[in-house]
Amino acid sequence: MNGWVNYVLSLCVCLLVVGMPRAATIKVGKQHAVHTITKALELAADGDTIQVDGGVYREGNIGIRKRLMLVGVGNPVIDGEQKYEPVSVHAPYVVIKGFTICRSGHSSMKDMAGVKIYDTHHVMITDNVLDDNFFGIYLQNARNCTIRNNRLVAYGKAEQLIGNGIHGWKCDRLDIAGNTITGHRDGIYLEFVTHTDVQGNQSHRNVRYGLHFMFSHDNGYYRNTFTGNGAGVAVMYTKHVRMEHNVFNENWGDAAYGLLLKEITDSHIADNTFAKNTTGILMEGSNRIRIQRNRFENNGWALKIQASCMDNTVTRNNFIHNTFDVATNGSLVLNTFERNYWDKYEGYDLDNDKEGDVPYRPVSLYSMVVEKYPMAMLLFRSFMVTLLDRTERVLPSLTPENLKDDYPLMQPVAL
Amino acid sequence: MNKIIKYVIADLLRSRTIMVYTAVLAVLSVSVFSMEDSAGKGVVSLLNIVLFVVPLVSLLFSTVYLYNSAEFIELLVSQPLRRDTIWISIFVGLAVAMSLAFMVGVGIPVVLYAATASGVMLMLCGAALSLIFVSVALWATVRVRDKARGIGLSILLWLYFALLFDAVVLFLLFQFSDYPIENGMVALSMLNPIDTSRILILLQVDVSAMMGYTGAIFRKFFGTDGGMAITATILVLWTVLPFWFSIRFFKRKDL
Amino acid sequence: MITIQHLSKKFGKLHVLDDVSLTLEGGQCIALIGPNGSGKTTLIKAILGMIVPQSGNITFKGKDIAHEWRYRNQIGYMPQMGRYPENMTIGQVLNMMKDIRKMPESALDNHLFIAFGLDGMLDKRMRTLSGGTRQKVSACLAFMFNPEVLILDEPTAGLDPLSTELLKDKIRAEKQQDKLIVITSHVLSDLDDLVTEVIYMQDGKPLFHKSLQALKAETGADRLSKAIAQVMATHELMEGTL
Repeated sequence: MNGWVNYVLSLCVCLLVVGMPRAATIKVGKQHAVHTITKALELAADGDTIQVDGGVYREGNIGIRKRLMLVGVGNPVIDGEQKYEPVSVHAPYVVIKGFTICRSGHSSMKDMAGVKIYDTHHVMITDNVLDDNFFGIYLQNARNCTIRNNRLVAYGKAEQLIGNGIHGWKCDRLDIAGNTITGHRDGIYLEFVTHTDVQGNQSHRNVRYGLHFMFSHDNGYYRNTFTGNGAGVAVMYTKHVRMEHNVFNENWGDAAYGLLLKEITDSHIADNTFAKNTTGILMEGSNRIRIQRNRFENNGWALKIQASCMDNTVTRNNFIHNTFDVATNGSLVLNTFERNYWDKYEGYDLDNDKEGDVPYRPVSLYSMVVEKYPMAMLLFRSFMVTLLDRTERVLPSLTPENLKDDYPLMQPVAL
Repeated sequence: MNKIIKYVIADLLRSRTIMVYTAVLAVLSVSVFSMEDSAGKGVVSLLNIVLFVVPLVSLLFSTVYLYNSAEFIELLVSQPLRRDTIWISIFVGLAVAMSLAFMVGVGIPVVLYAATASGVMLMLCGAALSLIFVSVALWATVRVRDKARGIGLSILLWLYFALLFDAVVLFLLFQFSDYPIENGMVALSMLNPIDTSRILILLQVDVSAMMGYTGAIFRKFFGTDGGMAITATILVLWTVLPFWFSIRFFKRKDL
Repeated sequence: MITIQHLSKKFGKLHVLDDVSLTLEGGQCIALIGPNGSGKTTLIKAILGMIVPQSGNITFKGKDIAHEWRYRNQIGYMPQMGRYPENMTIGQVLNMMKDIRKMPESALDNHLFIAFGLDGMLDKRMRTLSGGTRQKVSACLAFMFNPEVLILDEPTAGLDPLSTELLKDKIRAEKQQDKLIVITSHVLSDLDDLVTEVIYMQDGKPLFHKSLQALKAETGADRLSKAIAQVMATHELMEGTL
């Protein structure tokens, strides 16, 4: 028995002794020998941990070129003094955790960020606060990086005076999760970023878009919330996107969209909620998208689908209390609408199969009028306009003949 | 003044028409709210009823009441009373009766089923429209002595406010869509209290759509405190001005 | 008590009152008679301030009545056709008038009210009343506040003989109290034993204003109706010769 205990103890001691020189911890702070992070970085070797105590560190640019773990204890602040890029990461396997990184310089020439990751991989940025930086976290040509549970706050007034919250350029396999981003230009901006998961982030009240990506194929966006961004969410020129369980709401304005899809193909948009947007989804030149099991509630236009879109399927969605359900700008419709629930449907279900027996035409005459003469909104819901709409529903003449749901559901889809 | 108001109201509240009006509004509201699955849709369905029926009934009922009360008004004028006292009392009496009928018929169901911003706006606008069209009726009847012609004028006025005006606006809108007519259109809508009310309710019910292109213009006007104050003032003016013209005329009128 | 000077009123082109000047004194019971459309009711309405004349003025106890309303406290008016808010009861109408006049209950003259038996019908709604009963209500209201001037427009029209007599008794009683009473009526026989003066209106002008005695003396007729008939006959004769 005793022998066994001794064996375990000595094994532990051995492991400790062996491990120590390889993973030293350097403490930084007023009461430690090392006062600056820069000094600690000089002293550290690959694999070391730098533990930074609370306090304000004004050290210009802190460049990390070794495989280190930087841990803040008691919320240390790295201040860029509005001149420098506070933290630049050049080495792989770097971890930055528990800092407040604030006041980066503002430079559109250099794209300064609170934390910028240059041409490397396996960097992990977690549990930090990024306050008042030009860009928040900037990943340039990075792979396999993790950005989690950070809070990014900026105070942008105009979109040319502020950078993006989490910005990725030419990256692959990122994990962006649980972050909160507010006041930046775009909350999350991805360009040429592939195989990336964006999950559980909150992006609200950013100056331009809550989420913005281009040429970023094979990415997934799950359980994010995009609220009250200047122009909602815009995604462009991308294939194989999955967007599920996200919430797009309160994106108000003449060019604001819950979700703007521009030349997006072969994608899935499912189980999302679009609420209180001027336009829930606007689709331009987008093909082969499945839009299903989404909730469209209290939007001005739930779905605007331009004539340049084809082979899209809209099915099993709930359209509830939208001013206009569907609008389009042409008469040719090459998309399928079926088995959606439309609260404006007034048909009947005599055969009790829970599907209406007469088709529903989600495009109202007046929505087409408003499309052409926006000021006509002035007369919406006046008696005359209501009369016009009713007549058109009975005898369609101007609205696209084949834009209809042949099997409208009598009850909302349970979501 | 109070005593005449008291008697006018007592008389009106016992009137069968007012009771039927209240009951019809109540039945309509309750059935609309229990048929529609959401309060918002209920408000939308009620919107047209309110914008259509309230002005018509307020205008027509007041007109008929005033013509039927011609002798009573004569009697009051022969009494030691100021003419403006009499006319104000009749206005207040009619206004209270019509808005009370509306508040009971639509207000209570709205409070029960849809106590939302849009519901409250619907109530306020309906009450305002009741007052405005009582005021318009006073003006119409004081100007036209003959009952049949007076009722005819009321119906024409209603047709104008409820339908013709919108047709003209729509026509102008299509004709001049290439010009910057936004502010003009907002100003134009102020010329019709039904349109002003409708837009106010629209800003609550269809807030998302109204935030779009046109909405930006409306919002700039109606959405700001200043714009709301102007709108409220316009609705008050719509109540006060026809009444003021009518009282000026009534003071010089031969009975 | 009431002085009318150069009063003119036109409805459109029609001269309803054409330069009327009259003086009406207290203690008199004046019959205002004339053919239909001669301007009797218009004259009464002018006195009550219900119509606004184009020119001329009316003074009540020396004060111009234009834009005035308090003087009507001293006038009791019984209209030709008393119509009241249909849904109000007799009691409510009476209460309303009492409210308007603000007279203490003790000073009220309830004589006609009781004589006509209205006290038993207080809860009846006005719309259910016959024309005669409405006239009773009107009469009752005219006398109730003890006014110094009574203006009665066709007071006996629609009243049953018994009520007519009650009303006439009441008028006589009031005359004793030095009040000015103006009556228009087509039924001249009703007026015979009541009136002291006669004003005859024609085409918006008072043709004459004489005491009843003088009129009877001039025409040699013993009854008002005959006297008037005679006057009209001579008048037409004169018109014809002109």
